[in-house]
Amino acid sequence: MESRFRVLFLILAAQLALSGCAATKNLFGFGGDEAPPPTAEPSGQVIDPEVERRDVKEPRIDKENFEIGAFAGIMSIEDFGTDLAYGARFAYHLTEGFFVEGTAGQTEAGLTSFEELSGGARLFEDRTLTYYNLNLGYNILPGEGFIGESRAYNTQFYLIAGLGSTEFADDDRFTVNFGAGLRLLLNDAWTLRFDFRDHLYDIDILGEEKTVHNLEGTLGFTFFF
Amino acid sequence: MSEPSITTIRSTPRPTSFFRVACLALFTLLAIFPGQARAARELRAVAVADPYLEMHTGPGRGYPIFHVVDRGETVEIIKQRTSWFLVRDADGDEGWVDQAQMELTLNPDGSEVGFKRADLADFTNSKWEIGTLAGDFGGANIVSLYGSYSLNPHVSLEVWGSQILGNFSNGWTASANVVHETWPDRRVSPFFTLGAGIIRTEPKSTIIQGEDRDDQVGHAGAGFRVYMTRRFLFRAEYRTHVVFTSRNDNEEVEEWKVGFAFFF
Repeated sequence: MESRFRVLFLILAAQLALSGCAATKNLFGFGGDEAPPPTAEPSGQVIDPEVERRDVKEPRIDKENFEIGAFAGIMSIEDFGTDLAYGARFAYHLTEGFFVEGTAGQTEAGLTSFEELSGGARLFEDRTLTYYNLNLGYNILPGEGFIGESRAYNTQFYLIAGLGSTEFADDDRFTVNFGAGLRLLLNDAWTLRFDFRDHLYDIDILGEEKTVHNLEGTLGFTFFF
Repeated sequence: MSEPSITTIRSTPRPTSFFRVACLALFTLLAIFPGQARAARELRAVAVADPYLEMHTGPGRGYPIFHVVDRGETVEIIKQRTSWFLVRDADGDEGWVDQAQMELTLNPDGSEVGFKRADLADFTNSKWEIGTLAGDFGGANIVSLYGSYSLNPHVSLEVWGSQILGNFSNGWTASANVVHETWPDRRVSPFFTLGAGIIRTEPKSTIIQGEDRDDQVGHAGAGFRVYMTRRFLFRAEYRTHVVFTSRNDNEEVEEWKVGFAFFF
Protein backbone atom coordinates (compact mmCIF):
# COMPACT_ATOMS: atom_id res chain seq x y z
CA MET A 1 0.00 0.00 0.00
CA GLU A 2 2.74 2.34 1.08
CA SER A 3 4.74 1.75 -2.08
CA ARG A 4 1.69 2.69 -4.17
CA PHE A 5 1.42 6.04 -2.40
CA ARG A 6 5.10 6.59 -2.99
CA VAL A 7 4.70 5.91 -6.71
CA LEU A 8 1.71 8.29 -6.88
CA PHE A 9 3.67 10.96 -5.04
CA LEU A 10 6.62 10.55 -7.39
CA ILE A 11 4.35 10.85 -10.43
CA LEU A 12 2.81 14.02 -9.03
CA ALA A 13 6.22 15.49 -8.21
CA ALA A 14 7.49 14.69 -11.68
CA GLN A 15 4.45 16.36 -13.26
CA LEU A 16 4.85 19.50 -11.18
CA ALA A 17 8.52 19.64 -12.10
CA LEU A 18 7.58 19.50 -15.75
CA SER A 19 4.88 22.14 -15.40
CA GLY A 20 6.13 23.95 -18.50
CA CYS A 21 4.98 21.00 -20.53
CA ALA A 22 1.76 21.68 -22.45
CA ALA A 23 0.22 18.35 -21.49
CA THR A 24 0.51 19.12 -17.79
CA LYS A 25 -0.92 22.59 -18.22
CA ASN A 26 -3.99 21.14 -19.80
CA LEU A 27 -4.17 18.43 -17.18
CA PHE A 28 -4.56 21.01 -14.43
CA GLY A 29 -6.84 23.20 -16.41
CA PHE A 30 -4.35 26.06 -16.87
CA GLY A 31 -3.69 27.52 -20.25
CA GLY A 32 -5.26 25.91 -23.27
CA ASP A 33 -6.80 29.26 -24.20
CA GLU A 34 -4.55 29.65 -27.18
CA ALA A 35 -6.28 28.62 -30.36
CA PRO A 36 -4.60 25.76 -32.20
CA PRO A 37 -2.39 26.97 -35.05
CA PRO A 38 -4.42 27.47 -38.22
CA THR A 39 -4.09 24.50 -40.48
CA ALA A 40 -2.93 25.17 -44.00
CA GLU A 41 -5.84 25.36 -46.40
CA PRO A 42 -5.83 22.50 -48.82
CA SER A 43 -5.18 23.70 -52.31
CA GLY A 44 -8.00 23.48 -54.82
CA GLN A 45 -10.85 24.05 -52.29
CA VAL A 46 -13.63 25.86 -54.12
CA ILE A 47 -15.69 27.13 -51.22
CA ASP A 48 -14.07 29.45 -48.77
CA PRO A 49 -15.13 28.03 -45.38
CA GLU A 50 -15.24 31.39 -43.68
CA VAL A 51 -18.54 31.24 -41.87
CA GLU A 52 -19.14 34.00 -39.40
CA ARG A 53 -19.99 32.29 -36.15
CA ARG A 54 -22.49 34.21 -34.12
CA ASP A 55 -23.06 33.29 -30.55
CA VAL A 56 -26.82 33.51 -30.40
CA LYS A 57 -28.93 32.10 -27.66
CA GLU A 58 -31.77 30.41 -29.45
CA PRO A 59 -35.18 31.46 -28.17
CA ARG A 60 -37.05 28.62 -26.55
CA ILE A 61 -39.75 26.96 -28.56
CA ASP A 62 -43.18 27.23 -27.03
CA LYS A 63 -44.30 23.66 -26.32
CA GLU A 64 -48.02 23.15 -26.18
CA ASN A 65 -48.70 19.62 -25.09
CA PHE A 66 -51.29 20.31 -22.41
CA GLU A 67 -54.97 20.60 -23.11
CA ILE A 68 -57.45 22.06 -20.66
CA GLY A 69 -61.15 22.60 -21.06
CA ALA A 70 -64.68 22.48 -19.81
CA PHE A 71 -67.68 20.65 -21.13
CA ALA A 72 -71.43 20.36 -20.75
CA GLY A 73 -73.97 17.91 -22.04
CA ILE A 74 -76.31 15.22 -20.89
CA MET A 75 -75.75 12.15 -18.81
CA SER A 76 -78.15 9.33 -18.26
CA ILE A 77 -77.94 7.52 -14.92
CA GLU A 78 -79.43 4.08 -15.30
CA ASP A 79 -82.78 3.94 -13.44
CA PHE A 80 -82.44 7.60 -12.42
CA GLY A 81 -83.22 9.45 -15.61
CA THR A 82 -81.19 11.91 -17.61
CA ASP A 83 -79.99 15.34 -16.61
CA LEU A 84 -77.52 18.07 -17.46
CA ALA A 85 -73.90 17.08 -16.89
CA TYR A 86 -70.89 19.34 -16.83
CA GLY A 87 -67.26 19.20 -15.86
CA ALA A 88 -63.67 19.87 -16.72
CA ARG A 89 -60.84 17.97 -18.29
CA PHE A 90 -57.09 18.18 -18.40
CA ALA A 91 -54.89 16.26 -20.81
CA TYR A 92 -51.25 15.79 -21.67
CA HIS A 93 -50.35 14.78 -25.21
CA LEU A 94 -47.50 12.31 -25.16
CA THR A 95 -47.23 11.75 -28.88
CA GLU A 96 -49.22 12.60 -31.94
CA GLY A 97 -51.35 9.57 -31.10
CA PHE A 98 -51.41 9.01 -27.35
CA PHE A 99 -52.70 11.32 -24.67
CA VAL A 100 -53.54 10.92 -21.02
CA GLU A 101 -56.52 12.73 -19.61
CA GLY A 102 -58.15 13.34 -16.27
CA THR A 103 -61.81 14.28 -16.21
CA ALA A 104 -64.16 15.33 -13.43
CA GLY A 105 -67.83 15.92 -13.89
CA GLN A 106 -71.20 15.88 -12.23
CA THR A 107 -74.88 15.52 -12.85
CA GLU A 108 -78.11 15.22 -10.88
CA ALA A 109 -80.09 12.04 -10.42
CA GLY A 110 -83.82 12.07 -11.08
CA LEU A 111 -86.40 9.80 -9.51
CA THR A 112 -86.65 6.08 -10.12
CA SER A 113 -90.07 4.71 -11.05
CA PHE A 114 -90.24 3.26 -7.56
CA GLU A 115 -89.71 6.69 -6.02
CA GLU A 116 -92.29 8.24 -8.36
CA LEU A 117 -94.95 5.67 -7.54
CA SER A 118 -94.32 5.49 -3.81
CA GLY A 119 -95.20 9.16 -3.55
CA GLY A 120 -92.24 10.81 -1.95
CA ALA A 121 -90.18 8.10 -0.34
CA ARG A 122 -86.61 8.64 -1.45
CA LEU A 123 -84.03 5.88 -1.72
CA PHE A 124 -81.37 8.39 -0.68
CA GLU A 125 -81.14 12.12 -0.18
CA ASP A 126 -78.02 13.47 -1.95
CA ARG A 127 -79.02 13.25 -5.60
CA THR A 128 -75.75 14.56 -7.01
CA LEU A 129 -73.53 12.22 -8.97
CA THR A 130 -69.90 13.28 -9.24
CA TYR A 131 -67.21 11.33 -10.97
CA TYR A 132 -63.55 11.53 -11.84
CA ASN A 133 -61.51 9.32 -14.10
CA LEU A 134 -57.99 8.91 -15.43
CA ASN A 135 -57.81 7.85 -19.03
CA LEU A 136 -55.58 6.90 -21.87
CA GLY A 137 -56.66 8.08 -25.30
CA TYR A 138 -55.50 7.50 -28.82
CA ASN A 139 -56.07 9.82 -31.75
CA ILE A 140 -57.18 7.71 -34.63
CA LEU A 141 -58.61 8.69 -37.99
CA PRO A 142 -57.38 12.24 -38.49
CA GLY A 143 -59.55 14.05 -40.97
CA GLU A 144 -61.15 17.20 -42.17
CA GLY A 145 -64.61 18.60 -41.70
CA PHE A 146 -66.02 20.99 -44.22
CA ILE A 147 -68.38 23.82 -43.47
CA GLY A 148 -69.66 25.32 -46.67
CA GLU A 149 -67.42 25.73 -49.68
CA SER A 150 -64.49 27.64 -48.30
CA ARG A 151 -64.06 26.47 -44.73
CA ALA A 152 -62.31 23.30 -43.61
CA TYR A 153 -61.43 22.29 -40.09
CA ASN A 154 -59.03 19.55 -39.13
CA THR A 155 -60.57 16.87 -36.98
CA GLN A 156 -59.31 14.09 -34.75
CA PHE A 157 -61.42 11.10 -33.89
CA TYR A 158 -60.16 9.49 -30.70
CA LEU A 159 -60.79 6.42 -28.62
CA ILE A 160 -60.48 6.71 -24.87
CA ALA A 161 -60.79 4.44 -21.84
CA GLY A 162 -59.92 4.66 -18.20
CA LEU A 163 -60.66 4.08 -14.55
CA GLY A 164 -61.98 6.23 -11.79
CA SER A 165 -64.59 6.63 -9.15
CA THR A 166 -68.20 7.73 -9.06
CA GLU A 167 -69.74 9.19 -5.94
CA PHE A 168 -73.40 8.40 -6.06
CA ALA A 169 -76.10 7.29 -3.63
CA ASP A 170 -73.90 7.90 -0.57
CA ASP A 171 -71.08 5.74 -1.82
CA ASP A 172 -67.92 5.83 -3.90
CA ARG A 173 -68.02 3.31 -6.70
CA PHE A 174 -65.13 1.98 -8.75
CA THR A 175 -65.94 3.01 -12.30
CA VAL A 176 -64.68 1.92 -15.67
CA ASN A 177 -65.32 4.23 -18.58
CA PHE A 178 -64.71 4.07 -22.28
CA GLY A 179 -65.83 6.01 -25.26
CA ALA A 180 -64.90 8.00 -28.28
CA GLY A 181 -64.90 11.57 -29.34
CA LEU A 182 -64.11 14.09 -31.97
CA ARG A 183 -61.88 17.13 -31.76
CA LEU A 184 -62.53 19.92 -34.21
CA LEU A 185 -59.37 22.04 -34.38
CA LEU A 186 -60.79 25.55 -34.59
CA ASN A 187 -57.37 27.18 -34.76
CA ASP A 188 -53.87 26.40 -33.50
CA ALA A 189 -54.87 26.57 -29.86
CA TRP A 190 -58.62 26.03 -29.52
CA THR A 191 -60.61 22.89 -30.18
CA LEU A 192 -64.26 22.01 -30.02
CA ARG A 193 -64.79 18.58 -28.52
CA PHE A 194 -67.65 16.15 -28.84
CA ASP A 195 -67.29 13.32 -26.38
CA PHE A 196 -69.32 10.18 -25.77
CA ARG A 197 -68.63 7.91 -22.81
CA ASP A 198 -70.08 4.92 -21.08
CA HIS A 199 -69.47 4.80 -17.32
CA LEU A 200 -69.86 1.36 -15.75
CA TYR A 201 -70.10 0.53 -12.07
CA ASP A 202 -71.79 -1.96 -9.77
CA ILE A 203 -74.71 -0.80 -7.66
CA ASP A 204 -77.25 -2.56 -5.42
CA ILE A 205 -79.49 0.34 -4.48
CA LEU A 206 -82.47 -1.27 -6.20
CA GLY A 207 -82.10 -4.70 -4.61
CA GLU A 208 -79.86 -7.02 -6.57
CA GLU A 209 -76.35 -5.90 -7.42
CA LYS A 210 -75.94 -5.12 -11.08
CA THR A 211 -73.57 -3.39 -13.43
CA VAL A 212 -75.06 -0.20 -14.79
CA HIS A 213 -74.21 1.77 -17.89
CA ASN A 214 -74.34 5.54 -17.59
CA LEU A 215 -74.14 7.09 -21.00
CA GLU A 216 -72.85 10.61 -21.37
CA GLY A 217 -72.66 12.89 -24.36
CA THR A 218 -70.98 16.27 -24.02
CA LEU A 219 -69.77 19.20 -26.00
CA GLY A 220 -66.90 21.33 -24.84
CA PHE A 221 -64.06 23.64 -25.64
CA THR A 222 -60.44 22.93 -24.90
CA PHE A 223 -57.35 25.04 -25.12
CA PHE A 224 -53.80 23.85 -25.82
CA PHE A 225 -51.02 25.46 -23.84
CA MET B 1 -82.52 6.83 5.65
CA SER B 2 -84.76 9.58 6.95
CA GLU B 3 -88.36 9.68 5.89
CA PRO B 4 -89.28 12.96 4.27
CA SER B 5 -92.67 14.51 4.75
CA ILE B 6 -95.31 13.14 2.40
CA THR B 7 -97.04 16.47 1.94
CA THR B 8 -94.09 18.46 0.78
CA ILE B 9 -91.57 17.07 -1.62
CA ARG B 10 -88.27 18.54 -0.73
CA SER B 11 -86.14 19.95 -3.45
CA THR B 12 -82.87 18.24 -4.24
CA PRO B 13 -79.97 19.54 -2.21
CA ARG B 14 -77.19 20.82 -4.40
CA PRO B 15 -73.98 20.97 -2.41
CA THR B 16 -72.03 21.77 -5.51
CA SER B 17 -70.73 25.26 -5.02
CA PHE B 18 -67.04 24.32 -5.04
CA PHE B 19 -67.39 22.39 -8.24
CA ARG B 20 -69.24 25.20 -9.91
CA VAL B 21 -66.73 27.78 -8.81
CA ALA B 22 -63.94 25.58 -10.18
CA CYS B 23 -65.68 25.30 -13.54
CA LEU B 24 -66.28 29.03 -13.65
CA ALA B 25 -62.68 29.78 -12.79
CA LEU B 26 -61.56 27.49 -15.56
CA PHE B 27 -63.74 29.24 -18.09
CA THR B 28 -62.44 32.61 -16.98
CA LEU B 29 -58.85 31.40 -17.31
CA LEU B 30 -59.61 30.10 -20.77
CA ALA B 31 -60.99 33.45 -21.76
CA ILE B 32 -57.93 35.33 -20.54
CA PHE B 33 -55.15 33.00 -21.65
CA PRO B 34 -55.16 33.09 -25.43
CA GLY B 35 -54.64 36.82 -25.49
CA GLN B 36 -51.36 36.42 -23.70
CA ALA B 37 -50.26 33.40 -25.67
CA ARG B 38 -49.40 35.33 -28.79
CA ALA B 39 -47.69 38.25 -27.06
CA ALA B 40 -44.72 39.61 -28.98
CA ARG B 41 -42.00 37.09 -28.38
CA GLU B 42 -38.79 36.40 -30.20
CA LEU B 43 -39.26 33.30 -32.30
CA ARG B 44 -36.61 30.82 -33.18
CA ALA B 45 -35.68 30.92 -36.87
CA VAL B 46 -34.23 28.08 -38.91
CA ALA B 47 -33.17 27.82 -42.54
CA VAL B 48 -34.44 25.09 -44.84
CA ALA B 49 -31.54 22.87 -45.89
CA ASP B 50 -33.46 20.01 -47.46
CA PRO B 51 -34.81 20.55 -51.00
CA TYR B 52 -38.06 21.64 -49.39
CA LEU B 53 -40.01 21.73 -46.16
CA GLU B 54 -43.57 20.39 -46.23
CA MET B 55 -46.26 22.30 -44.36
CA HIS B 56 -49.27 20.32 -43.22
CA THR B 57 -52.59 21.88 -42.32
CA GLY B 58 -52.59 20.24 -38.89
CA PRO B 59 -50.26 18.60 -36.36
CA GLY B 60 -50.53 15.03 -37.63
CA ARG B 61 -49.53 12.61 -40.36
CA GLY B 62 -53.01 12.51 -41.79
CA TYR B 63 -53.40 16.19 -42.52
CA PRO B 64 -52.68 17.27 -46.09
CA ILE B 65 -49.62 19.18 -47.24
CA PHE B 66 -50.74 22.58 -48.52
CA HIS B 67 -47.48 24.46 -48.95
CA VAL B 68 -43.77 23.85 -49.38
CA VAL B 69 -40.91 26.11 -48.39
CA ASP B 70 -37.87 25.98 -50.67
CA ARG B 71 -34.29 25.34 -49.69
CA GLY B 72 -32.50 28.40 -48.38
CA GLU B 73 -35.59 30.14 -47.07
CA THR B 74 -35.99 30.85 -43.40
CA VAL B 75 -38.95 29.87 -41.24
CA GLU B 76 -39.89 30.93 -37.74
CA ILE B 77 -41.02 28.34 -35.21
CA ILE B 78 -44.17 29.52 -33.50
CA LYS B 79 -44.88 26.51 -31.33
CA GLN B 80 -44.45 22.81 -30.90
CA ARG B 81 -47.11 20.20 -30.20
CA THR B 82 -45.79 16.67 -29.59
CA SER B 83 -43.50 16.07 -32.58
CA TRP B 84 -45.02 18.76 -34.81
CA PHE B 85 -43.86 22.34 -35.23
CA LEU B 86 -46.02 25.25 -36.29
CA VAL B 87 -43.82 27.39 -38.54
CA ARG B 88 -44.25 30.62 -40.47
CA ASP B 89 -42.34 31.38 -43.65
CA ALA B 90 -41.25 34.77 -45.01
CA ASP B 91 -44.57 35.21 -46.85
CA GLY B 92 -46.54 34.67 -43.66
CA ASP B 93 -47.82 31.19 -44.50
CA GLU B 94 -48.24 29.09 -41.37
CA GLY B 95 -48.26 25.32 -41.31
CA TRP B 96 -47.27 22.28 -39.27
CA VAL B 97 -44.00 20.48 -40.01
CA ASP B 98 -42.96 17.06 -38.78
CA GLN B 99 -39.96 16.76 -36.47
CA ALA B 100 -38.10 14.51 -38.92
CA GLN B 101 -38.09 17.36 -41.47
CA MET B 102 -37.33 20.03 -38.91
CA GLU B 103 -34.19 18.17 -37.90
CA LEU B 104 -32.83 18.71 -41.40
CA THR B 105 -32.96 22.50 -41.07
CA LEU B 106 -30.05 24.73 -40.08
CA ASN B 107 -29.61 27.34 -37.37
CA PRO B 108 -28.79 30.94 -38.44
CA ASP B 109 -25.11 30.24 -37.72
CA GLY B 110 -25.14 27.29 -40.12
CA SER B 111 -25.06 24.56 -37.51
CA GLU B 112 -27.51 21.68 -37.57
CA VAL B 113 -30.69 21.97 -35.58
CA GLY B 114 -31.05 19.30 -32.93
CA PHE B 115 -34.54 18.83 -31.61
CA LYS B 116 -34.28 16.42 -28.81
CA ARG B 117 -36.63 13.51 -28.88
CA ALA B 118 -37.06 11.60 -25.65
CA ASP B 119 -35.36 8.23 -25.73
CA LEU B 120 -34.14 5.42 -23.49
CA ALA B 121 -31.45 7.69 -22.01
CA ASP B 122 -34.15 10.11 -20.84
CA PHE B 123 -36.06 7.19 -19.40
CA THR B 124 -33.01 6.53 -17.23
CA ASN B 125 -32.01 10.11 -16.44
CA SER B 126 -35.24 12.11 -16.35
CA LYS B 127 -36.00 13.90 -13.10
CA TRP B 128 -39.79 13.96 -12.96
CA GLU B 129 -42.40 11.34 -13.55
CA ILE B 130 -46.18 11.27 -13.25
CA GLY B 131 -48.29 8.19 -13.59
CA THR B 132 -51.51 6.46 -12.82
CA LEU B 133 -51.99 2.86 -11.79
CA ALA B 134 -54.92 0.68 -10.90
CA GLY B 135 -55.28 -2.75 -9.42
CA ASP B 136 -56.21 -4.74 -6.38
CA PHE B 137 -55.78 -3.72 -2.74
CA GLY B 138 -56.64 -6.61 -0.47
CA GLY B 139 -59.67 -7.53 -2.58
CA ALA B 140 -60.81 -3.97 -3.23
CA ASN B 141 -60.17 -1.91 -6.33
CA ILE B 142 -57.56 0.80 -6.13
CA VAL B 143 -56.90 3.77 -8.40
CA SER B 144 -53.65 5.65 -7.84
CA LEU B 145 -51.89 8.73 -9.02
CA TYR B 146 -48.23 9.35 -8.27
CA GLY B 147 -45.49 11.84 -8.83
CA SER B 148 -41.82 10.99 -8.65
CA TYR B 149 -38.58 12.92 -8.40
CA SER B 150 -35.25 11.22 -9.16
CA LEU B 151 -32.30 12.05 -6.95
CA ASN B 152 -30.11 10.04 -9.30
CA PRO B 153 -30.79 7.33 -11.88
CA HIS B 154 -31.01 4.72 -9.15
CA VAL B 155 -32.94 6.43 -6.39
CA SER B 156 -36.17 8.39 -6.57
CA LEU B 157 -38.72 9.76 -4.15
CA GLU B 158 -42.40 9.30 -4.80
CA VAL B 159 -45.65 10.67 -3.48
CA TRP B 160 -48.81 8.64 -3.97
CA GLY B 161 -52.49 9.29 -3.58
CA SER B 162 -54.94 6.42 -3.99
CA GLN B 163 -58.61 5.80 -3.71
CA ILE B 164 -59.70 2.36 -2.53
CA LEU B 165 -63.11 1.16 -3.60
CA GLY B 166 -64.27 -2.07 -2.00
CA ASN B 167 -67.43 -4.01 -1.38
CA PHE B 168 -67.44 -3.38 2.36
CA SER B 169 -65.48 -0.20 2.73
CA ASN B 170 -63.96 2.60 0.77
CA GLY B 171 -60.99 4.71 1.62
CA TRP B 172 -58.05 6.83 0.72
CA THR B 173 -54.36 6.44 1.19
CA ALA B 174 -51.55 8.92 0.87
CA SER B 175 -47.97 7.76 1.08
CA ALA B 176 -44.39 8.67 0.37
CA ASN B 177 -41.78 6.17 -0.58
CA VAL B 178 -38.24 5.64 -1.79
CA VAL B 179 -37.65 3.63 -4.94
CA HIS B 180 -34.40 1.96 -5.82
CA GLU B 181 -33.81 0.82 -9.38
CA THR B 182 -31.15 -1.81 -9.80
CA TRP B 183 -30.56 -1.42 -13.53
CA PRO B 184 -32.10 1.93 -14.47
CA ASP B 185 -30.52 1.93 -17.94
CA ARG B 186 -32.41 -1.14 -19.10
CA ARG B 187 -35.62 -0.98 -21.07
CA VAL B 188 -37.20 -3.24 -18.43
CA SER B 189 -36.02 -1.79 -15.16
CA PRO B 190 -36.85 -3.62 -11.94
CA PHE B 191 -37.19 -1.67 -8.70
CA PHE B 192 -37.70 -2.07 -4.98
CA THR B 193 -39.68 0.31 -2.86
CA LEU B 194 -40.13 1.14 0.79
CA GLY B 195 -42.45 3.73 2.26
CA ALA B 196 -45.03 4.86 4.75
CA GLY B 197 -48.26 6.79 4.80
CA ILE B 198 -51.75 7.02 6.13
CA ILE B 199 -54.89 5.15 5.21
CA ARG B 200 -58.44 6.28 5.81
CA THR B 201 -61.07 3.58 5.90
CA GLU B 202 -64.76 4.36 5.57
CA PRO B 203 -66.94 1.29 6.09
CA LYS B 204 -70.06 1.26 3.90
CA SER B 205 -72.93 2.39 6.03
CA THR B 206 -75.42 0.04 4.39
CA ILE B 207 -73.52 -3.03 5.54
CA ILE B 208 -71.75 -2.35 8.79
CA GLN B 209 -72.10 0.46 11.24
CA GLY B 210 -68.43 1.20 11.55
CA GLU B 211 -66.56 4.36 12.22
CA ASP B 212 -64.17 6.04 9.83
CA ARG B 213 -60.63 5.26 10.83
CA ASP B 214 -57.27 6.84 10.09
CA ASP B 215 -54.31 4.51 10.46
CA GLN B 216 -50.65 4.64 9.71
CA VAL B 217 -49.39 2.22 7.14
CA GLY B 218 -45.95 1.02 6.09
CA HIS B 219 -45.16 -0.86 2.94
CA ALA B 220 -42.49 -2.68 1.00
CA GLY B 221 -42.71 -3.74 -2.59
CA ALA B 222 -41.14 -4.54 -5.89
CA GLY B 223 -41.99 -4.04 -9.51
CA PHE B 224 -40.70 -2.97 -12.85
CA ARG B 225 -40.87 -0.04 -15.22
CA VAL B 226 -40.84 -0.69 -18.95
CA TYR B 227 -39.89 1.99 -21.44
CA MET B 228 -42.48 2.08 -24.22
CA THR B 229 -41.91 5.05 -26.52
CA ARG B 230 -41.00 8.74 -26.30
CA ARG B 231 -41.93 9.84 -22.75
CA PHE B 232 -44.10 6.89 -22.05
CA LEU B 233 -43.61 3.95 -19.72
CA PHE B 234 -45.52 0.99 -18.38
CA ARG B 235 -45.29 0.19 -14.71
CA ALA B 236 -46.36 -2.83 -12.65
CA GLU B 237 -45.77 -3.44 -8.98
CA TYR B 238 -46.59 -5.48 -5.95
CA ARG B 239 -46.64 -4.14 -2.41
CA THR B 240 -47.25 -5.62 0.96
CA HIS B 241 -48.67 -3.22 3.54
CA VAL B 242 -48.79 -3.34 7.30
CA VAL B 243 -51.60 -1.21 8.69
CA PHE B 244 -50.81 -0.12 12.24
CA THR B 245 -54.30 -0.25 13.64
CA SER B 246 -55.41 0.94 17.03
CA ARG B 247 -56.60 -2.58 17.74
CA ASN B 248 -54.34 -5.30 19.15
CA ASP B 249 -53.40 -6.82 15.82
CA ASN B 250 -51.87 -5.07 12.88
CA GLU B 251 -53.46 -5.75 9.56
CA GLU B 252 -51.56 -6.97 6.53
CA VAL B 253 -52.75 -6.09 3.06
CA GLU B 254 -51.37 -7.18 -0.29
CA GLU B 255 -51.59 -4.88 -3.26
CA TRP B 256 -50.73 -5.23 -6.92
CA LYS B 257 -51.32 -2.75 -9.66
CA VAL B 258 -50.41 -1.88 -13.21
CA GLY B 259 -50.53 1.37 -15.10
CA PHE B 260 -48.67 3.85 -17.20
CA ALA B 261 -46.61 6.94 -16.58
CA PHE B 262 -44.69 9.55 -18.43
CA PHE B 263 -41.46 11.34 -17.59
CA PHE B 264 -40.24 14.82 -18.36
